[in-house]
Amino acid sequence: MIGFLLKRREPQIFAAILVLIALISTRFPGFAAPANLAEVFNDTAILIVLALGQMAVILTRCIDLSVAANLALSGMIVALLNAAHPDLPLAVLILVALVSGLLLGAINGLLVWKVGIPSIVVTLGTLAVYRGVIFLLAGGAWVNAHQMSAVFLNMPRSVILGLPVLAWTGVLIVALGVLVIRYTGFGRALYAVGGNPVAAVYAGLDVGRTQFLAFCLSGLLSGLCGYFWVSRYAVAYVDVANGFELDVIAACVIGGVSIGGGIGSVAGTVLGAIFLGVIKNALPVVNISPFWQMAISGSVIIIAVVFNARAEKKRGRLILKQARTAS
Amino acid sequence: MANWKKLLSGTVLAVGLLSSQMSTAAHAADKVRIALLVKSLGNGFFDAAHKGADEAAKELGNVEVIYTGPTSTTASGQIDIINSLIAQKVNAIAVSANDGDALVPSLKKAMQRGITVISWDSAVAKPGREMHLAPSSDALIGNMCDKLAADALPGGKGDVAILSATATSTNQNTWIAEMKKALPKYPGVNVVTTVYGDDLADKSYRETEGILKTYPNVKVIVAPTSVGIVAAAQAVEDAGKVGQVFVTGLGLPSELAGHVDKGSVKSFAIWNPIDLGYAATTIAYELATKKAEAKPGAEIPIGRMGKTKLDENDQAAMADPFVYDKSNVHEFAKIF
Repeated sequence: MIGFLLKRREPQIFAAILVLIALISTRFPGFAAPANLAEVFNDTAILIVLALGQMAVILTRCIDLSVAANLALSGMIVALLNAAHPDLPLAVLILVALVSGLLLGAINGLLVWKVGIPSIVVTLGTLAVYRGVIFLLAGGAWVNAHQMSAVFLNMPRSVILGLPVLAWTGVLIVALGVLVIRYTGFGRALYAVGGNPVAAVYAGLDVGRTQFLAFCLSGLLSGLCGYFWVSRYAVAYVDVANGFELDVIAACVIGGVSIGGGIGSVAGTVLGAIFLGVIKNALPVVNISPFWQMAISGSVIIIAVVFNARAEKKRGRLILKQARTAS
Repeated sequence: MANWKKLLSGTVLAVGLLSSQMSTAAHAADKVRIALLVKSLGNGFFDAAHKGADEAAKELGNVEVIYTGPTSTTASGQIDIINSLIAQKVNAIAVSANDGDALVPSLKKAMQRGITVISWDSAVAKPGREMHLAPSSDALIGNMCDKLAADALPGGKGDVAILSATATSTNQNTWIAEMKKALPKYPGVNVVTTVYGDDLADKSYRETEGILKTYPNVKVIVAPTSVGIVAAAQAVEDAGKVGQVFVTGLGLPSELAGHVDKGSVKSFAIWNPIDLGYAATTIAYELATKKAEAKPGAEIPIGRMGKTKLDENDQAAMADPFVYDKSNVHEFAKIF
């Protein structure tokens, strides 16, 4: 049992989160209160959703640096639409955000699949392109709170059964994520393609197509988050969520997703995101220097990567040992 | 032939210049061409300054304003643009610097080629410019922030928290230092903490939530940054504290009009960017046409705004920050 706990990444992060919350509570007692934890979860929901999309991409040995730019562009599109046509129903706007995110993700996917450019280069390029397009669309102007309709602003904040809609959306996406990864061919293909692309081809899987679909998924979720982000912070501008892609990747890495592909779980990624979310929400209340904040966030990521690297190394050695005993 | 050369250098320049501007640049050699180089394009503040510059150009007659800047706030982006402006042989460059020191070498080169260089809004180090036009003086801004806080406090007394940009941003740090210096004038204002939202909407929002949780007695949050003040107002509204906690500081009317309506912001201030662009352009014109000279103690006329006087560091301050509230915010929201 203990061995199982030590080997698995999820219980480790879960324990780390509990320790973290306990530590924070010693300095700010109100932190562990259920209402506050619900707020933290609500605040982290966007990160969780994006991290799940990113996980799918990283599993296939790719990376999507354009998630935050995609989020910002999709968010700007719906904000502009809402400002120009306040009567448009919210469902239409959310659909627009989803479609826009999906298309932007598909562009990444096609470039990786059909043109064969490494994903880090593709998405580094589209990151800049998408930000540029926001500028062109809005002419550099902000879309502000008073230009958005009340429905548009209130949806993520309306509370159902004690939690805001934004948090429930996070829960729903996590549930869907578990189902897709466990019970669909696509979910299993993600692992196969990333774990061993050559074997995947022999097994009849199209590596490029799976990567394309992973980018589409990541884009779709980014589009959805675009609406939520703009609505939550009631403002849309070029630099929305600037640098957030790094938080998203960090959440995956902390959650045990291997940058080398093929390793990772929904639970781990969600916990990784929550871990970052707890830190982000705790730092303002425990009153420490902003320079320490950066150092702490950075150290956590490095520690997580060290853990990942060790876990993967062990796996390699194990196979060799077995091979020796067999011969 | 000369026109061709200009067109060529124009195409090399590319960044931020529209093709229409380039062709007029080629034909208007006799006009005084003043480049208004901003921190980044797509910022409402600088777009408003552009309006003021155009207004000045119209008044002065033979002036052409070239509004340009990098797409993100980087010094290297501005250096590239300065080099192309030199190649383009503009008459004057008025720059709001992303990095006061990094721009010095290329601006020095511009001055050696006879181009008038001034900085405005965000200063360039002394060797890299002829003079600097500050929107207001740091002391006036700090004092204004204290005054806004005192005005928003019930009875002028209570706890105040400051939400800044990054811990290293020069502007905000100077203003906060000046705020603290001016505090004795406002005995009711009790500053309890300073937090940093890094000019990111989500981090500023979270820091505001943190203030509300850790300091339940805070009645006013002062945010001398345009991203921070919007995020703080939204966080106060979401926490249901409108009427108990007020947000004030420096921001743009268009970005805050909604929050003034909702009641989380009573009043806020910003220098008038239209006036700033107007003044920078007029000064650049005066210097480029040798009608005025930049030296300590010199007085330079700035059209409808009177005149400004240079201090021993060749710096001049434009005016007190302008206060916006319910009565005028919507009128100005249409402009910037």
